[in-house]
Amino acid sequence: MSLSTARQQWLGNIRADILAGTVVALALIPEAIAFSIIAGVDPKVGLYASFCIAVITAIVGGRPGMISAATGAMALLMVTLVKEHGLQYLLAATLLTGVLQIVAGFFKLGNLMSFVSRSVVTGFVNALAILIFMAQLPELTDVTWHVYAMTAAGLGIIYLFPHLPVIGKTMPSPLVCIISLTAVAVVAGLDIRTVGDMGELPDTLPLFLWPDVPINLETLSIIFPYSISLAVVGLLESMMTATIIDDLTDTPSDKNRECKGQGIANIGAGLLGGMAGCAMIGQSVINVKSGGRGRLSTLTAGVFLIIMVVFLGPWISQIPMAALVAVMIMVSIGTFSWQSITDLKKHPLSTNLVMVATVVVVVSTHNLAYGVFVGVLLASLFFANKVSHFMYVASELDEPANTRLYRVVGQVFFNSADKFTAQFDFKEALDKVVIDLSRAHFWDISAVGALDKVVIKFRREGAAVELIGLNEASATIVDRFGIHDKPEEIDRVLGEH
Amino acid sequence: MSAPHRSTILAGIDGSTYSAAVTDYAAWVAMKLQAPLKLLHNIEHRDTPPLTDLSGSIGLGSREELLEELTRMEERRSRILLEQGKAMLQDARERALERGCPEPEKLQRHGSLEETLVEMEEEIRVLVVGIRGEGHENRENRIGTRLESLIRALHRPVLVVNRPFEQPPQRIMIAYDGGEVSRKALDMVSLSPLYQGLECHLVHVGQSQERESEQLREGAAILRQAGLHTICAELNGDVQEQLEGYYRDHAIELVVMGAFGQSRLRELLFGSLTQRMLSSSNVPLLLLR
Repeated sequence: MSLSTARQQWLGNIRADILAGTVVALALIPEAIAFSIIAGVDPKVGLYASFCIAVITAIVGGRPGMISAATGAMALLMVTLVKEHGLQYLLAATLLTGVLQIVAGFFKLGNLMSFVSRSVVTGFVNALAILIFMAQLPELTDVTWHVYAMTAAGLGIIYLFPHLPVIGKTMPSPLVCIISLTAVAVVAGLDIRTVGDMGELPDTLPLFLWPDVPINLETLSIIFPYSISLAVVGLLESMMTATIIDDLTDTPSDKNRECKGQGIANIGAGLLGGMAGCAMIGQSVINVKSGGRGRLSTLTAGVFLIIMVVFLGPWISQIPMAALVAVMIMVSIGTFSWQSITDLKKHPLSTNLVMVATVVVVVSTHNLAYGVFVGVLLASLFFANKVSHFMYVASELDEPANTRLYRVVGQVFFNSADKFTAQFDFKEALDKVVIDLSRAHFWDISAVGALDKVVIKFRREGAAVELIGLNEASATIVDRFGIHDKPEEIDRVLGEH
Repeated sequence: MSAPHRSTILAGIDGSTYSAAVTDYAAWVAMKLQAPLKLLHNIEHRDTPPLTDLSGSIGLGSREELLEELTRMEERRSRILLEQGKAMLQDARERALERGCPEPEKLQRHGSLEETLVEMEEEIRVLVVGIRGEGHENRENRIGTRLESLIRALHRPVLVVNRPFEQPPQRIMIAYDGGEVSRKALDMVSLSPLYQGLECHLVHVGQSQERESEQLREGAAILRQAGLHTICAELNGDVQEQLEGYYRDHAIELVVMGAFGQSRLRELLFGSLTQRMLSSSNVPLLLLR
């Protein structure tokens, strides 16, 4: 990266970046606390992680203006690990997650994002929103009416405050919600759960510490499955968020650099006693909406967050959980893609199935990685099925010579191989069969196998078989496609369609 | 689509007062080299839209709404810039035609100027730009904020225009320090038809030791061999001061020099001659890379 690009990314938008970073920091605090509670760790683990991840990704990330911190998607994955093995194993898993993500960055796995179709992304986002919402339900069951009233009032403030003239757009409404609800709870002396009841808050800046776990294969076998899930989900959400910010700001990002940046940030978080995190869709959108564009906005968010948390610790512990729940409900509503519901009518069934399957798998397993895996798999199968329709065989008989010419057009591969074989009439008594393949494409070994079968069957019936254009047809089997980025090259390989 | 290798004279047009002069100089170079002239207007998307919403809330369909709103704002601004650019290019084209340049081509691109130029590097033969861009015209003795990084990014000759075009240059000065970059520059001068028929002043500033005069003689020999009318001068003292004194005294109309030849470290410590010349010179500079 050249010096001038760096200068532009850091200092191109100073005033707006600092303002937006501040807004984001204020919005991050409740989220970081809430996600720590989801993961089952002290609020300080999420707050340290958010600070550390935001600051590191600001410097080494590949998408300026994107906000990364402790996230719900990641928190949901670590619940069992924390419950069964404790915080130290979580820190170790966080370190390993970072290492895996850096490796992914070096192998340029960011490019694999192109396999994740749009419906899978929508499914991921919706599932995430549902999970965040569901994680709030324990706070809303078996509680007094005060909590419901507080939550409802909180939501009212969050959604109505921005509509106030003048003041509405100058102050983050989630912050107004938290401050006013805390004030009410303190003044009225309500006996409801507060953040202080959920665990320790930070009272110092984070300290460097190596996770207190035995370094052996047993530890590895415990943390590895979690780390791999965390690494995959973290990268997925980060890549998706980067794409969203790319679209919003109409600027490009370096996806593989972002992979490495996420990895370094998670290693940093693990060493400073924080949990694994990744990019946050909601916060990044808030950042852009508030005018943040450069790296400075992310850095400001991280630094401002830790300063406020360390100095306002005693006050933060007074925040009623109901206020946090209200904020998190806003986050889940904002994360959910409501358009996807109305789009269900417009989109083809296969697309909808992919989206719904992704959501169902995630909600039932609480693991976004499984959902994405199932979604990608389904999408690929649907695609293969669709492409297999693009194949037909025409034929004509040359009666005097008792010869039939079969002309194969289209895509022959594992899914269409049977259909291909079924197109030939082996019962016809012929002297000679000519199969013209010059406009067909044989994509894999299944296709070649099907062709062999056809040739052998005809030969067994006593017909001589001649193949035309086999070389052109099988040019697509070659794994290394070479550089076919010129139209004439593609025409050469795919024949003239 | 793209023109043949290293053939085009590219003129950077923006709304600044230098655009007219840039067009004139580019037309002169194009006609002299019998090369096609392309007039480039680059639309930058650097300014961020003013922020209006610090409410930090995201509700139903916030993302879609935000995208829609940002798109609308940028669309409006880009349209205006596009229109303005078209008008500027049309003016520049007419001006170049008046100067007798056949068929100047117009080109409008989006993105940062640096990116555009690096993309086009293959087809550029000479780039002509004004010393200061739109919005910085009144800052005397200041070079454009991005001129330096632009020159560094591009490995093609860059003609930096800093005054109105009066007549085709007759006398040029070549600043020569015997270093690798300036020796290369000398080779380029001797091979290019641009300098044919001009009076070349080969100037060296140093402590006048034997070896350096020797270098000067060698340099002059290269130019003379190429059929250029060459005058040599050996000066003593501060490089920048002497060079500036020389072009003033001899009514030089174009200064040719190798650009950014020293290591970055040296430049950091002592400053770059190219940079100083750019900021103080009132004669157009042709920087050879």
